[in-house]
Amino acid sequence: MSKDIKIRKGLNINLKGEADKTLSKAPRSRTFAIRPQDFHLVTPKMTLKEGAKVQAGDTIFHSKSNEDIKFVSPVSGTLSEIERGAKRVITKITIEGDQQDTYKDFGIINPDSMKPEEIKSHLLSSGCWPFIKQRPYAVVANPQSTPKAIFVSGYSTGPLVADLDFTLKGKENELQAALTALSKLTEGKVHVCIGKSGASPLDGLKDVTIHKISGPHPAGNVGTQIAKIDPVNKGEVVWTVNAQDLVIIGELILTGRFNAERVIALSGSSVKAPKYYTTKIGAEVATFIYDSGLSEDNSRVISGDVLSGTQISPKAHLGFYDNTVTVIPEGDDYEFFGWNKPIFNKISPSRALTFSWMMPKKKYDLNTNTNGEHRAFVVTGNYEEVFPLDIYPLQILKACMVKDLDQMEALGMYEVAPEDFSLTEFICVSKQPHQQIIREGLDLMYKEIG
Amino acid sequence: MGLKQNLHKLKEKYKGKKMAPAFNAIHTFLYLPNETTHNGTHVKGADDLKRTMNTVIMALVPCLIFGIFNAGYQHYLATGEISKAAGFLSPEFWSMANFSMGAWKVLPIVVVSYVVGLAVEFIFAVIKGHEVEEGYLVTGMLVPLIVPVDIPLWMLAVAVIFGVVIGKEVFGGTGMNILNPALTIRAFLFFAYPTWMSGDKVWVHGAVERANEIAGGANVDAISGETILGSLAQNKAFDYDIMDMFYGLIPGSIGETSTLLILIGGLFLIFTKIGSWRIMVSAIIGALAMGLIFNGVVDQGWIGEGSKFFSLMSTEFWHHLLIGGLAFGIVYMATDPVTASQTNRGKWIYGFLIGFISVTIRVFNPAYPEGVMLAILLMNVFAPTIDHYVLQGNIKRRAKRLKVKTA
Repeated sequence: MSKDIKIRKGLNINLKGEADKTLSKAPRSRTFAIRPQDFHLVTPKMTLKEGAKVQAGDTIFHSKSNEDIKFVSPVSGTLSEIERGAKRVITKITIEGDQQDTYKDFGIINPDSMKPEEIKSHLLSSGCWPFIKQRPYAVVANPQSTPKAIFVSGYSTGPLVADLDFTLKGKENELQAALTALSKLTEGKVHVCIGKSGASPLDGLKDVTIHKISGPHPAGNVGTQIAKIDPVNKGEVVWTVNAQDLVIIGELILTGRFNAERVIALSGSSVKAPKYYTTKIGAEVATFIYDSGLSEDNSRVISGDVLSGTQISPKAHLGFYDNTVTVIPEGDDYEFFGWNKPIFNKISPSRALTFSWMMPKKKYDLNTNTNGEHRAFVVTGNYEEVFPLDIYPLQILKACMVKDLDQMEALGMYEVAPEDFSLTEFICVSKQPHQQIIREGLDLMYKEIG
Repeated sequence: MGLKQNLHKLKEKYKGKKMAPAFNAIHTFLYLPNETTHNGTHVKGADDLKRTMNTVIMALVPCLIFGIFNAGYQHYLATGEISKAAGFLSPEFWSMANFSMGAWKVLPIVVVSYVVGLAVEFIFAVIKGHEVEEGYLVTGMLVPLIVPVDIPLWMLAVAVIFGVVIGKEVFGGTGMNILNPALTIRAFLFFAYPTWMSGDKVWVHGAVERANEIAGGANVDAISGETILGSLAQNKAFDYDIMDMFYGLIPGSIGETSTLLILIGGLFLIFTKIGSWRIMVSAIIGALAMGLIFNGVVDQGWIGEGSKFFSLMSTEFWHHLLIGGLAFGIVYMATDPVTASQTNRGKWIYGFLIGFISVTIRVFNPAYPEGVMLAILLMNVFAPTIDHYVLQGNIKRRAKRLKVKTA
């Protein structure tokens, strides 16, 4: 069963430095790290101490509020450091990897003949649970809840993100196993969106509803797809899983091992030869970003894409949910009369002496300059052009800023995640931090209501 | 790049000091800052608020240049030194004499508007420690275009201070104001100094002076610089044809007479996506609708020729767009994004009511036949209410979705 969805509002951000579709194996990283910040609102409670020996799949910490949610080591090795920040919050857990991984055996299972509770506990104990996130609040899913549906986006539209058609190729068995398991966890359906054109490995899998989607970014964002297929109402919960993480869940089911291996795209205009690498969750990004060399010394390394990724140091590690690493030039320089001269080399949704509208296919080399200073909201009506959800973006942002919980709820806060506001943030004339505003709004709601 | 480095050093030196906002304002005027993104989106679109404001100013420049020529032209025409210009490109209009006379009158108004307004902005920025925001760039340009040419400069300065402080800064500055600051300034002038803002003596340079001379016993002809609206409101005849009105070869506030250039400016704003086409289109529809209603009243014979409203009511409905400040108000004032409705559906309602109410005030208030200023200020106040009801529609739709589910 296939339904077509067409997204009209949006904006494709075409950047230089798209990853070439060739796959290399990144050299084995010396250390691996898990950053608890990746799991928003999870307070880690360590179960191991520094110096402990771990296998891939051994629990290293669990959520303080729910002991069942376990976070496991992606590799085998020695837990070498627990780095703490202000107020002794754990910021990073570093594991020195062995030469060869040894895996904890969780046992092969057959989800077809299992009860939902059994599948749940299997995913929880093996450390695969954090791959499942929930809306409202865009946090790791609460295992006690039952989602009305589960969403997987198999379509990538964001700037320079990994092409899922490429990274998932040949993983059909793992994907099927994971989707079958997930389909047992919901009363409703598992919705999988794939691109209308293109050959997705997800196409033709069973136990799911396939939707074909087309249109500009954010058509590939799972939030857009939820809004078009089955929006979240008050009191309802949906779960989302990144397609590349289905592979890890699938491998767990088929082999009994937690194998954190992942195909990632290294992209961005600072990378001399951008392409795909096989690496592991938490690996040092230095193992592949210098592979072909950087063309620009003053560059920013982003774990994730340029719209919603995390800035990391070149010595840091791949994020838990990221399948893209982007390296782009920093923009910490002045530009003479940059505010009024005609602009040909930057992307703009307007035509105010900006000419990107004339060249929709051109690829741009954007840096990290804000192109202007932070101001109060002034311009109206521009966010709506790139925001396909049935939500008033400016008004919900303002409701978040003034902490008006009733208005936030009424305007659809349960449906959104920060990444849904990445495009409005990109085009914002007042340079407001939309994603941060939404994140803080969601946190407030979680604290007060959730 | 010596200047770039020196300015950067100064910026670092003054960081956190009291005068930093004033310095930064000048710095960012010269250079796009070196600020980079943090987490969130790592790249940003090319537009900032300065560029947005600058686009509006570009759309206003033709009106200003035309206004300068027109100020001189109206003066020399009234004194009888030149004959009536034939057509838009007529050499009688685009003459050096017209330009120098107009520039001598208009440029001081522009300078006073910017200097006083920006001074207030800088003072507030330094006191409150925020950056100088760009809002006044457009306001400062709008103000000279909507005042009569003979306005005393001190009067303008007082009005600008009032408008910027009460109209904007008390609400928190750019982006926070309820009323359009330029129209607040205009309204202040109108209600504080009505003799300088209405009647038949203020629209052409020299008319007031000449009237005083006559009163003093001089034997010269009076200059009549009546606007078309003023004539209509008093049921008087006037000798301007439709093309004069369209080109703007008529007396009026400095920048609002040329419907042709306003039309071009409006199309430019729509093309660049800076001005809201929804507001412009719906306001025109609103004005035409009200004009048609009044024409209908006249056609039905419900109002006699003796009525004081007859002239304005029987003005053909589409002429309303050509005379007075309606076109200027619709294109440059009603579209101010801060004070207009902020939802797309709300913009349709907001614009329509501005056009509708403008023509209503025109017809029913002969003492002040220019209704667009009051109509926009009134709708500025109601814009949040309109948005509220538009949002309620979205909220109800969401609530209904939930109800269908649970039922």
